[in-house]
Amino acid sequence: MAQARFVEIGRVVYANFGPESGKLCVIVDVIDAKRALVDGPTTGVIRQQMPFSRISLTEFVLPIKRNQKSANVAKSFDEHEIIKKWNASHAGKHVASALRRASLTDFERFKLMVAQKKKSLLVKKEMKKIKPKH
Amino acid sequence: MVKWYPTEDVQKVRVKRANKPARLRGGVSPGQILILLAGKHQGKRVAFLKQLESGLLLVTGPYKLNGVPLKRVPQAYTVPTSTKIDISGSDFSKVTDAYFAKEKENTKKTEEAFFAPKKEKKPFSDAKKAMQKSVDAGIVNKVADPVVKKYLKTKFRLRNGMFPHTLKF
Repeated sequence: MAQARFVEIGRVVYANFGPESGKLCVIVDVIDAKRALVDGPTTGVIRQQMPFSRISLTEFVLPIKRNQKSANVAKSFDEHEIIKKWNASHAGKHVASALRRASLTDFERFKLMVAQKKKSLLVKKEMKKIKPKH
Repeated sequence: MVKWYPTEDVQKVRVKRANKPARLRGGVSPGQILILLAGKHQGKRVAFLKQLESGLLLVTGPYKLNGVPLKRVPQAYTVPTSTKIDISGSDFSKVTDAYFAKEKENTKKTEEAFFAPKKEKKPFSDAKKAMQKSVDAGIVNKVADPVVKKYLKTKFRLRNGMFPHTLKF
């Protein structure tokens, strides 16, 4: 439980569904059991209600107050360099690579396949060396 | 008002419009690589040369890479990819719809001809082989990247988790 991420004021969340999908925003207030009031002035999310089913909690929390003004949310967001930290984080990198994968052209997919085959061949070679011979 | 009918039935004259050649869809341009969707060569990636007067697309493998000869393909049976190769060194201006016309055989519809043993298939004409070679030479020599050559050799294949409506070509 110590590692758990909580829904709290200031929690940075990633919208993974709906019209704001793909954007980071901050929980500014909790409306009820199913919805939060989110705001992402620097990431293009207008202050709005968002169901928890549409968002994923990230590891970042901003020290903002409940119903903090958008301008101050933006200030805190930039001060803590959330976008930079997100891009460097494991989840952020995964999101970016998923987007990249979806945008691959046929030729790029072919090159990826060739590269993966090469890689797996090298891995198999090394595995053969390590594995005890029967 | 009562409708006016002529005293004798007059056939309505319908003006026959000339068929417009099919529009080249998907921003396809010469040198683009297409994926064939049907026929013997389904899944193969081929080079698009030009659109013929009939609206069909003229494509070639090139033959050495994937066994697809100079071929006419309807647009509906292709998927254009975003990859292009240089075909400027190849001369295929002589290849038209007439090039693909079947040679007419003088077979009389008689009983003997019907029961006669079927003739052997005619071998592929040398002139066409030469045309294939000359057209392909200009293309294959310009493909510098061995990966592109491999790409043309490999068939397109759907795997688990690949859905055509989400794929970018």
